[in-house]
Amino acid sequence: MSSIGTGYDLSASTFSPDGRVFQVEYAMKAVENSSTAIGIRCKDGVVFGVEKLVLSKLYEQGSNKRIFNVDRHVGMAVAGLLADARSLSEVAREEASNFRSNYGHNIPLKHLSERVAMYVHAYTLYSAVRPFGCSFILGSYDQDDGPQLYMVDPSGISYGYWGCAIGKAKQAAKTEIEKLQMKDMTCRELVKEVAKIIYIVHDEVKDKSFELELSWVGEVTNGKHELVPKDVREEAEKYAKVCTTTTSHSFVFSMAFL
Amino acid sequence: MAAYMSAGRSANAFSTHDFVPEWAQEEVSTGTTIMAVEFDGGVVIGADSRTTTGAYIANRVTDKLTPIHDHIFCCRSGSAADTQAVADAVTYQLGFHSIELDEPPLVQTAANLFQQMCYRYREELMAGIIVAGWDKRRGGQVYTVPMGGMIVRQPVSVGGSGSSYIYGFMDSNYKPGMTKEECLHFCTQALALAMERDGSSGGVARLAAITEEGLERRVVLGHQLPKFSNT
Repeated sequence: MSSIGTGYDLSASTFSPDGRVFQVEYAMKAVENSSTAIGIRCKDGVVFGVEKLVLSKLYEQGSNKRIFNVDRHVGMAVAGLLADARSLSEVAREEASNFRSNYGHNIPLKHLSERVAMYVHAYTLYSAVRPFGCSFILGSYDQDDGPQLYMVDPSGISYGYWGCAIGKAKQAAKTEIEKLQMKDMTCRELVKEVAKIIYIVHDEVKDKSFELELSWVGEVTNGKHELVPKDVREEAEKYAKVCTTTTSHSFVFSMAFL
Repeated sequence: MAAYMSAGRSANAFSTHDFVPEWAQEEVSTGTTIMAVEFDGGVVIGADSRTTTGAYIANRVTDKLTPIHDHIFCCRSGSAADTQAVADAVTYQLGFHSIELDEPPLVQTAANLFQQMCYRYREELMAGIIVAGWDKRRGGQVYTVPMGGMIVRQPVSVGGSGSSYIYGFMDSNYKPGMTKEECLHFCTQALALAMERDGSSGGVARLAAITEEGLERRVVLGHQLPKFSNT
């Protein structure tokens, strides 16, 4: 599916004859090379799950986190170039902080995602800079708006979601997410399903070991975004492992017909 | 005339030149009594209508209840110029913010914008403001931002030079859970008492009730104000 730009793809300030900005599309490819991150919104909160590939046994456990805290009530899960994502998390943090400083209350997630998306978009306009090579999912919970979920991609558009996935297995993850009735689930139930989906879409052949990063924000955490506690995470991983070992042969079976 | 006004409280500015008498050099002040009360479903706000320059009443029918947004008002006391300028600035900021958010603004946001301006420029300003209104999240709210720039939410608040005379009345007569009409009656009485005793407050009593449905303004003319003495 890769197309060659031949000359129209050298800078973000150039359109191709068929109306595409190749640099932005290439940035989206960078996201597709990264491992999967998903975010799902349920009745009383939002849960994030990230398949963090571990490239070396020498890495300290828990390093290079891909889930960030943007504000007390806002979390961000990323896919793509991690350094780009870190810089954007700082931008998001400043936006949220300035908003509270100016207006005296928590930033509404829709507004935050629009502000950060505007920032990402600015980097798609000039030849002097390159677009950000990452997509990210923002999630929040507060008393008035309830759970909210937004995704921003390198082109600078933000989308509101009930469930979304970014990264290499996003199609497979989306299929799994669509099977869920998330509007009727609570965070505790959803955590297990999120873990299960990450385990399902993880490719044992191509990528070896991975760490599952799980975080949530909702009624269960009193509106505070935090990594899921150890006991909940272990229970979720156990459930996920059980589900994937029992269904693995049916997955292979369906592959044969493609 | 303003050339010799020192920065800050101009009421203390003394000129060594007597081309114009001192009272003509006094800054225009909304002497004032202002107040606001929360009730279930909205707020009632009230103010007198006297603006003075020294002992001269520059405007005896002033409207000190200024709209900041559809469901948010502020009651102004202190320097007329300062409060008008701050209210205009906040109206602009809040309007912009509301369009960005694509939602009616919160009363708390309006109050915080007033507070930030009043605190940042506290040495230059003389402005005591009560911000009151209705929003969908928390219903009727009253926030007081006195001189100096602090902010606190109160179920009932009074301000201005005439407020000193009605703290007792307010404390003894305010009851939580009043209806809109009871709040309007309470405000009318309080304003009448203050206007009777404070030289810088007088004229007519202007009232407004702000609810989800919108705004209802009333004026109680001088002769219709309640009388508390028999003389």
